[in-house]
Amino acid sequence: MRELRTPLSEKAVRELRAGDTVYLTGEVVTGRDEMHMRAVEYARGGKPIPEGLENSILFHCGPIMVKEGGRWRTVAAGPTTSSRMDLLGPEMIKRFGIRAVIGKGGMSEKVGDAMREAGCVYLAAVGGTAVSIAESVVEVQGAEWEDLGMAEAMWILKVERMGPLTVAMDSEGGSLYDNVRKRLIRDV
Amino acid sequence: MIKLPEPIDRVVANLLKAANTKLPPDIGWALEAAAGWESDPLARTQLGAIMDNVKKAEVLGRPMCQDTGIPTFYVKGRFDASIRNDIIKGIRAATETVPLRPNTVDPLTRKNLGDNLGEGMPSIHYIPTDDNFLEIAVLIKGAGSENMTRSAMLNPSDGIEGIKRFIVDSVLDAGGRPCPPGVIGVGIGGTADECVAMSKRALMSPLDRENGDPVLKEMEEDLFVKLNGSGLGPMGLGGSTTVLGVKIKAACCHTASLPVAVSIGCWATRRAVARITETGIEYEQGADL
Repeated sequence: MRELRTPLSEKAVRELRAGDTVYLTGEVVTGRDEMHMRAVEYARGGKPIPEGLENSILFHCGPIMVKEGGRWRTVAAGPTTSSRMDLLGPEMIKRFGIRAVIGKGGMSEKVGDAMREAGCVYLAAVGGTAVSIAESVVEVQGAEWEDLGMAEAMWILKVERMGPLTVAMDSEGGSLYDNVRKRLIRDV
Repeated sequence: MIKLPEPIDRVVANLLKAANTKLPPDIGWALEAAAGWESDPLARTQLGAIMDNVKKAEVLGRPMCQDTGIPTFYVKGRFDASIRNDIIKGIRAATETVPLRPNTVDPLTRKNLGDNLGEGMPSIHYIPTDDNFLEIAVLIKGAGSENMTRSAMLNPSDGIEGIKRFIVDSVLDAGGRPCPPGVIGVGIGGTADECVAMSKRALMSPLDRENGDPVLKEMEEDLFVKLNGSGLGPMGLGGSTTVLGVKIKAACCHTASLPVAVSIGCWATRRAVARITETGIEYEQGADL
């Protein structure tokens, strides 16, 4: 069991191996389909991107948030299926220097290649554990692109001991998903 | 229409709250049993985190998963056409009070109206009977599992082997995306559309309710063993817990067809049922429909 703290250095990320279990403390940025599309579109067009995305930890998550007394509170925040973001994953990782992607279900080989090249890992959160993860959010630091809707907006969250997270794709090309897939018994 | 002890919109809001915050007891027992036999350490970590989350959600009264999904309703017994408006009212209220994440969007513009409603939403299946009760059941599925729904029109000569092949491949190709270990709902036969509807309706059935058809029961048990022996495991990260149960429904079909459909329920297969009579309301978390 390892404790990780943001900002993550490339060296720290490259030391992680598929199969490691970690807990994360620091800042994470949520983003799913719409946020990926807009971030890439804006960056390609030279439009400004909200602060916080650069060198961040990207959390594939569309949380439930409520506003209480002018402040946002996280009600539920589990990971969403990462493979939907496969297409823009490599560009996101390289362009914004993403050090870790948190999600569920894993990502494509192309994303794995980008992770190897840029020094990034895929951390699998336990799907559906939305209350536990919400409880690890100590502060909602920002809400960007709120016009995309609650699930698709870019939320900047301060987390304390978020986890357990499993290093499921590492920066050396190791992938737990590949290991499992290769050994699947497809008997009927 | 029977005389109601409570307005339907309030019953619907109660159902959505219960389904989202409390895991059906049969699924909780299945998870506990799985944690007992699972030997893979990583799989045990996943199951432990799931059960921990379930407890927190129930104690705090919060949705166990942030994807509060899209509800499918089943309305059975005696009811009026106005029941659709009552259900809509209940969803609008629950979206605010539970709260539910606003999930419905226009399919092309992707515009979100913020109330979990819109054209064609929610999906309601009507089963009118002459009985003196009204049963409202709801199944909640998030996109992770719903996106893995598969159906096929097999050749009659593919037979039971072909059906099993299709089910096993559908579940294993979905991998970790639908948040295993969950429930596998299967429809066999019917028309193409009815087959998919049956596969989803099968997910409403409690895991401890036995299939009355001996052939289907044997298929369920066989698939349960095969899928759990596949090695996919919780969240697709490996282990011997890939499914908590398999539920099959069948209907007659065209002599030249063999339709089969698979609806995957994630570990949080959320259901709730209200059985309303003139004297009161009983709430449960599963029903054979």
